[in-house]
Amino acid sequence: MAAPVLELHGITKRFPGVLANDDVSFDLRPGEVHALLGENGAGKSTLMNILYGLYRPDAGEIRLRGAPIELGSTRAAIEHGIGMVHQHFMLIPVMTVAENVVLASEPRQAGVFLDYDAAVRRVRELSERYGLLVDPTALVRNISVGQQQRVEIVKALYRGADVLILDEPTAVLTPQEARELFEVVRSLKSRGTSIVFISHKLNEVLEVADRITVLRRGRVVGTIPAAGATEEGLARLMVGRDVLLRVDKLPARPQAPLLRVEGLRVEDDRGLEAVRGVSFEVRAGEIVAIAGVDANGQSELVEAIAGLRTPTAGRVEIDGVDTTRDSPRRKLDAGLGHIPEDRHLRGLVLPFSLAENLSLQEYRHRPVSRFGFLSLRRIAARAERLLREFDVRGGGADTPAGALSGGNQQKVVIAREVDARPKVLVAAQPTRGLDVGAIEFVHRRLVEQRDAGRAVLLVSLELEEVRSLADRILVIYEGRIAGEFGPDATETELGLAMTGGTSGAEAA
Amino acid sequence: MSGRSDELVSEEAGEQPQAPVEGIPPVGTALLTRARGVYRVVGPVGTTVLAFFLGGLVVLVTGDNPLRVYHAIFNGTGLNWLFHFGSYSIRVPFTTHHVWFWWDTGSVAAFNLQQTLLLTTPIVLTGLAVAFAFRVGLFNIGGQGQYFVGAYVAVWIGSSFAHLQPLVHVLLAVVVATLAGAAYGSIPGLLKATTGAHEVITTIMLNWIAFWVGSYLFGQAGPLQISTQSGVPESNVVVAGAKLPVFWGPKELQGLSIGVFVALAMLVVYWVVVRRTTLGFEIRAVGFNPEAARTSGISVTRNYVLAMAIAGGFAGLAGVCDILGWQFQIGPSEIQASQIGFIGLAAALLGRNSAVGVGFASLLFGALINGTSGRQLDSSIFPPELAGNLTIVIQGLVVLFVGLDLAGVLGGLRRRRRST
Repeated sequence: MAAPVLELHGITKRFPGVLANDDVSFDLRPGEVHALLGENGAGKSTLMNILYGLYRPDAGEIRLRGAPIELGSTRAAIEHGIGMVHQHFMLIPVMTVAENVVLASEPRQAGVFLDYDAAVRRVRELSERYGLLVDPTALVRNISVGQQQRVEIVKALYRGADVLILDEPTAVLTPQEARELFEVVRSLKSRGTSIVFISHKLNEVLEVADRITVLRRGRVVGTIPAAGATEEGLARLMVGRDVLLRVDKLPARPQAPLLRVEGLRVEDDRGLEAVRGVSFEVRAGEIVAIAGVDANGQSELVEAIAGLRTPTAGRVEIDGVDTTRDSPRRKLDAGLGHIPEDRHLRGLVLPFSLAENLSLQEYRHRPVSRFGFLSLRRIAARAERLLREFDVRGGGADTPAGALSGGNQQKVVIAREVDARPKVLVAAQPTRGLDVGAIEFVHRRLVEQRDAGRAVLLVSLELEEVRSLADRILVIYEGRIAGEFGPDATETELGLAMTGGTSGAEAA
Repeated sequence: MSGRSDELVSEEAGEQPQAPVEGIPPVGTALLTRARGVYRVVGPVGTTVLAFFLGGLVVLVTGDNPLRVYHAIFNGTGLNWLFHFGSYSIRVPFTTHHVWFWWDTGSVAAFNLQQTLLLTTPIVLTGLAVAFAFRVGLFNIGGQGQYFVGAYVAVWIGSSFAHLQPLVHVLLAVVVATLAGAAYGSIPGLLKATTGAHEVITTIMLNWIAFWVGSYLFGQAGPLQISTQSGVPESNVVVAGAKLPVFWGPKELQGLSIGVFVALAMLVVYWVVVRRTTLGFEIRAVGFNPEAARTSGISVTRNYVLAMAIAGGFAGLAGVCDILGWQFQIGPSEIQASQIGFIGLAAALLGRNSAVGVGFASLLFGALINGTSGRQLDSSIFPPELAGNLTIVIQGLVVLFVGLDLAGVLGGLRRRRRST
């Protein structure tokens, strides 16, 4: 086995009140993909920020090809050939791809002018060599998120990186883009680039990595080869206990229908019909899942049910009451709960405290407010109770919601929606971006809601989630229900329906 | 250019240690909150000190001694009155009694202070007009126009209906003029909510509409021009019964009216509404994240209109206090000279939209304008026509610095939203 290109020895980093990295050691061999796996808050990003020169470790040593190095700044890291692709891209939208790539070390003409043609040439060369297809002359604001990520990778390569850190690279990608990224990673690897792949998604780590190091609460709990590792084993290492990847639940005992959607037609922002005549019902005590590839009308369907978008035709009934054209407030009052697909955009007011977020709907009801005046005491007490009940960590009632990790933010949204005791609970991609521990929590709560007699509508892109949670599965394709399946449907059956293939199942 | 992206990265890490470190526990955030709390006070004070320092350099360039000039300005504001202790007696109202008092209520300094507070009153109110709209996420540049509308209606009612009971007359003028300001303020809110028209554009347009309407109404041959002197482009004069009572200083020579208490009360109202009512809760939710507010059943349209109406009401009330408190008359020349809406804007920026901040910032601007006015400043120390410019220089510097900081704060917010 080749000598490691990069070694971290006994890295310790303390922040006020938290030990982010505790004696962490990690090594990267030339041409390998080494995954760094851990829950949100396990210390992965801290470790990589140390490696990228953003933080100085309190103790420990970094060795590059055997020689100890000091990384006081990102510039030093770049000079040592370490490149990082952040979760949130550092690109300038109004500049072209080539301009972004060469920024900070531009090829010049006569010493002062940017040699734009040379820049374009260099970028094209790099992107062809590594199979990173991007148009160097396109403006960054006009290209897709997946392409922007490739620009970031090209930028790192342009600066001479042979060690590449990818921080949660798939978090912003569609499944299709993620698969393309894995191709890129393999191609980089075959050309000798060593890659640190940070993630909390078990399946992708198993797919792309050679070795996996698992972090838990700032400590390394193990480094294992990917070959032979299983999702269950990794989940146990990550969380520190057995995790139920499949949800444990009793068979559903559905009652009367609480949500009825009939011939619903909804247009998207561009005025194109995104939902084209969808009909279904969800009964009390069952979970119905809408499965499908992203952008097949799911968002518009949920928005129409929640009153955020007015349908062009059809009906939405909640517990027998026609709410088709009602405002979001009237929908809430009719008994709708809504866990929005984007918790930052719709689920939470990030600068608001947790207490305020938890009372975002309840604030107008007694006893939280009386005669238009808020009872801060009751708002705080309510928050304390819900934070405890839903095991929200990372802050108290006064903490701004923006300071919490994604999983805990989602718990806050769920706590608020569940506590309102809705008749119908619509959960749109409720586990997006969450780690296994948090996913298990969300799943358990949804099943609890079902068992408490609520009608649960789950919209998810994750087939595994759909299959393990739903009592009935509706596949949506191009705005129409392409088929109804039982929970025992195979991935192949569902996948076929999701991509528009004719299914043998009872088409609705 | 080199290292630009690195700097961006390290800045992000430096400013918000909680973002890259996933899920820092409460201790970290508590420290951070406290640090922000201190910064909220240090920021505006530092901005002010820096502005005064640079203003001092400007004075130095003109060949004068900045310290002497500032001292003279300070004496012109009347704030020195607070430091002049002596032994005086004042009469207890409605009786023949006299009581011992620390301050001389009849001195020149006292008169200067009355003028400063008269000026501070409308600045507080137009400042609140900006601050309140800011809470719902709108930038209300229209304080000036809303102030005009309040002033026009106040002068019209105040100079008409002379037969009314004084209390009824004052109340009628105050209420109707405030509502007029509110109605005028609600227009940009309505336009924003229904058509998406940007409030900065529409409020500026409405400022000009108010400006020209007033110039027409009270100008030469205008429908509301003074009825007794046909050649004077002014409005009728507010009748005695509609004037706000003067409680300190000479009634005939611009003594201090109870308008200053109205402004103080509105600071309290502002704080209570924003912090303690369901209305303020909705307005803040919409201001921070309209999409999330809408999803949770809070009407964005309603809150835009309502918040702008309340903002307009504050500005309208500023016009009322000026007209019924000391101006009693308005005409095209006063309309042209008025800057009060924009000074209120500066006060809101410096005061960071908090009740206490707006109060102090308004006092600062009120004092500065009064202290550098030709009438108050000792002309042997600094030429008053230059001193007025000094006010503008300092005001401009404050707005500039606060504006820079505002960009930093907004940038921080945006970055925080993207992280986690």
